[in-house]
Amino acid sequence: MRLPFLNPDRPGADHVVPPTGFTARLTLFTAAAMAFLAVFALALSLATGRLAHRWADSLARSATIRISAPPEQMDAQVASVMEVLKTTPGVASERVLSNDEMKTLLKPWFGPDLPVDALPLPKLIAVTETAQGVDEEGLRLRLQGSAPGAVFDDHTRWRRPLVAAAERIRFLGLTSLLLIFGAMAGMITLAAQAALAANGQVIATLRLVGARDAYIARAFVRRFTLRGLAGATLGMALGTAAVALLPSPDAAGGFLTGLGFTGVGWFWPLIIPPIAAIVAYTATRFAAARMLRRIR
Amino acid sequence: MIELQHVAMSYSGKELLTDMSLSVAPGSFHFLTGPSGAGKTTFLKLCYAELLPTAGQMMLFGQDATEMGRDEIAGIRQRIGVVHQDCQFLEHLTLEENVALPLTVTHRPVNPDELRELLGWVGLGHRRTAHPAQLSGGERQRAALARAIITSPDVILADEPTGNLDYEMSLRLLSLLVELNRMGKTVMIATHDLNLIRQTKAQVQARVLRITNRRLQAAGADL
Repeated sequence: MRLPFLNPDRPGADHVVPPTGFTARLTLFTAAAMAFLAVFALALSLATGRLAHRWADSLARSATIRISAPPEQMDAQVASVMEVLKTTPGVASERVLSNDEMKTLLKPWFGPDLPVDALPLPKLIAVTETAQGVDEEGLRLRLQGSAPGAVFDDHTRWRRPLVAAAERIRFLGLTSLLLIFGAMAGMITLAAQAALAANGQVIATLRLVGARDAYIARAFVRRFTLRGLAGATLGMALGTAAVALLPSPDAAGGFLTGLGFTGVGWFWPLIIPPIAAIVAYTATRFAAARMLRRIR
Repeated sequence: MIELQHVAMSYSGKELLTDMSLSVAPGSFHFLTGPSGAGKTTFLKLCYAELLPTAGQMMLFGQDATEMGRDEIAGIRQRIGVVHQDCQFLEHLTLEENVALPLTVTHRPVNPDELRELLGWVGLGHRRTAHPAQLSGGERQRAALARAIITSPDVILADEPTGNLDYEMSLRLLSLLVELNRMGKTVMIATHDLNLIRQTKAQVQARVLRITNRRLQAAGADL
């Protein structure tokens, strides 16, 4: 005959603690809610990280040369600049933007019916750099000599704040993750304290029969750790499903494009339940040790 | 085993017990009597270190109770079986789980046959899977006794173990305690039931102590 309570296959010490509905539900709900939020914070961090990397990478390899010259000199200066670019090391390709492309660029400000030919617009040359990049100072000097109206713009001015903004959002996402786990630790500590206080009689009985404090603490810690793990797994699953159901980049357009996980990034949410379990374990151990010291 | 030297116990400035000296020898049988509120329960709590003396010296198995850490107290409680006045069960566990608790909390194996035999010995073999709330007062007291002795402790302390029982059931429980004493266990029973003491003294050589005016004294010739 095997006694169910003593069966080694049956989970251990926590069965000496009666199931307490309120604290169980509170811990489960807290862990689930926090894990749900953690998935979004994680998705935001990863997405902004990717965005910063993409912006930095793509903008670092592109530059623009703007030529402002009287109309009768424009073609000659464009030709000179193209000649300079062809012989400049680090330039992968160069291309003069057409009037249609200029029209598209200016459309947001001047509307669709812009008479490009009638306006004294500068000419723009898009330059793509090789991985080694160009010697910017050298190129500027050569352009000055052959086309005085040409200005080299490597996009640094507006690339830096964009990348910095993306990096900051990523930092905020990671900070949110830390705050979420901190809040989870606080709530589980309170729930564990409530459970310990509600089970004063159980603790007295366990001590009466010779249980050490480590055993009593373990009974509570195990229960709260398992609840934290279960709640966080549920929240993580729901959060990941919600991220998966976000509108597609085409439908969302602009900002939401790419918010979520890609490739192996879909595995990242799996770290949330174990972290939640570690948080619950630590918080309950702390609460139990403090409470048991107080009760004689 | 249990040695008290001029022990006193105060609570909130009020002295509950004073100048108590006693030596409890292995294998002895003690009754502790006195009117309600005399301090019998407090005295027993001192004996299993739930309370600590505020004056004097209290030695439990050669260790000074006031200098023991929590783990040492837990170790002492594994050598003392306590039958509490209100039994103190874990209501969500079954009878056999409650009885086996002293073994479970100390990670000692439970032999199901021995557990069944023990429950049969206290007359609860048929109630193994019942929960404490389903047990009568007498059954709870006997279950508490079974739990107190499952680890084969050196000392058994019983606080009003027959308080909720009829006379016949009281005698039956007492005879179990006498049998344990004959097996070599030290037994100390707090009770105010003098008839019960007389009945038991007919079966075993017992020392009767009385708490009067916060002091411990040998009982009179009538006991």
